[in-house]
Amino acid sequence: MATPDDLKFQEFEEATDLLSADPGATTLSVSSTSTAPTPGDVKLDLSENEEGQGENSELLGREKQTGGFWTFEYYQSFFNVDTMQVLDRIKGSVMPLPGRNFVKHHIRSNPDLYGPFWICATLVFSVAISGNLSTFLSQGDPQYHYRPQFHRVTIAAVAVFLYAWLVPLCVWGFLTWRQGTERQTGGYTFLETVCVYGYSLFVYIPTSVLWIIPFEWLRWLLILVAMVISGSLLVITFWPAVRDDTKLTAFATVTTIVLLHALLAIGCKMYFFQTAVHTVTPAPSLAPPSSNHTGMLTSAAKSQ
Amino acid sequence: MAEVDEGNRPMFAGLSDVSISEDIPVEGEITVPVGSPSQDDECSTLDEPVKDTVLRDLKAVGKKFVHVLYPKKSSSLLRDWDLWGPLLLCVTLALMLQGGSEKGKDDLGPQFAEVFVIIWFGSVVITLNSKLLGGTISFFQSLCVLGYCILPLTVAMVVCRLVLLGGSSKVSFIVRLIVVTVSFSWSTFASTAFLADSQPPNRRALVVYPVFLFYFVIGWMILTFSPSP
Repeated sequence: MATPDDLKFQEFEEATDLLSADPGATTLSVSSTSTAPTPGDVKLDLSENEEGQGENSELLGREKQTGGFWTFEYYQSFFNVDTMQVLDRIKGSVMPLPGRNFVKHHIRSNPDLYGPFWICATLVFSVAISGNLSTFLSQGDPQYHYRPQFHRVTIAAVAVFLYAWLVPLCVWGFLTWRQGTERQTGGYTFLETVCVYGYSLFVYIPTSVLWIIPFEWLRWLLILVAMVISGSLLVITFWPAVRDDTKLTAFATVTTIVLLHALLAIGCKMYFFQTAVHTVTPAPSLAPPSSNHTGMLTSAAKSQ
Repeated sequence: MAEVDEGNRPMFAGLSDVSISEDIPVEGEITVPVGSPSQDDECSTLDEPVKDTVLRDLKAVGKKFVHVLYPKKSSSLLRDWDLWGPLLLCVTLALMLQGGSEKGKDDLGPQFAEVFVIIWFGSVVITLNSKLLGGTISFFQSLCVLGYCILPLTVAMVVCRLVLLGGSSKVSFIVRLIVVTVSFSWSTFASTAFLADSQPPNRRALVVYPVFLFYFVIGWMILTFSPSP
């Protein structure tokens, strides 16, 4: 305990020096810990500071939800974002840095449903429209009669929205179960998980537009880049939550998350962007919503 | 009686000092209406001929069409909202967008039900979004505005069909593209002029973007319409 005493002693010396210089000055005694970095047992682990802050603001966030789930105000609390905040979150999702946890840094206990919902809606339409355009542009036959293929919008909508809601539910449920009742610092609420997944899908929107360019190698390159970006966002977000677990579980969880994300991307590409019209598959019969969506995607991918 | 008069005199004695200023009219009429109500009672529309009712509603719808075509910030579109106009426009657009009867499920354009659902469900979702973000516009007012602003796109659909009568070539595609782009931006601009005032300024873009997406999708459906060969 020499270090705090040293600090106190130093402060006192400084104060006495100042006082002797000017005896009439008013003195203010501050009892907080010194901010000067000292070697020793003061831990300057930034992640810990962030997590501590995160917990406090998480508690504050809990108090913000007013009313029961049947009132309008309850849902209004999830749309409490400004334009600049949404843009900032989108920017953060496109450029994931290893030090910054998306949830802690950008969401900061104000998870919104605006971003995930409208990003999914835009993705649905961008994938369907771009797929339509690419099928049209890849026709060499001048007599080709353009077909809108509008039913694909329905399929895209079901796939994207199921992914954006079911997978976060599973991930959140799994993480909560593993942590038990102990509120560890890495625990995320369901809405924060949905938020992360929703914003991570944003990078697929420009990717799907760029998929119109009819070079196969370019499409695979774009998929790779998009998967790296959004996959790393998810990994950076969820790694702190699972690293306290056994190694096997941690790696398995992270691998599953990345795999499902990749499946969505590849499934979209295979189903919507085909290069020749004679391989257009008939619309797969929509499975009932309770079934696993990855099964539908893999079957669509396998039927190629 | 004399006693009453004497008693009354002190009560009313001060009244002579009270002066009523000249510019307060103290006059009125107290009549009790007797007999049957007059024939042309304006409050009751139950007795008027059906033609009058229909014409009045049509005139209201027409006035709102004019408001949409020349979007000025007027509140009359919001005050007297009605859903006849949106229904009319939606049904017209959905009928005109009927896909051709081609073989194979893949080749059909949007069916009537799909267009109808997209327009109404999209309007409801955008209205909910605007209200959740803290907008002061009411639910049906917003539906009314979004529905009426489909008018430029319906006009574009009619023009596209006429252009397609002359055959589908590159020139016709470019003409259709220009027409649809102009009408889609007109729709977005018109509905923004009505809706933007009801939002706080730091969330306006969040409300305008879904409207943009909505009209973009409808414009896409119009542009990609191809009649059956």
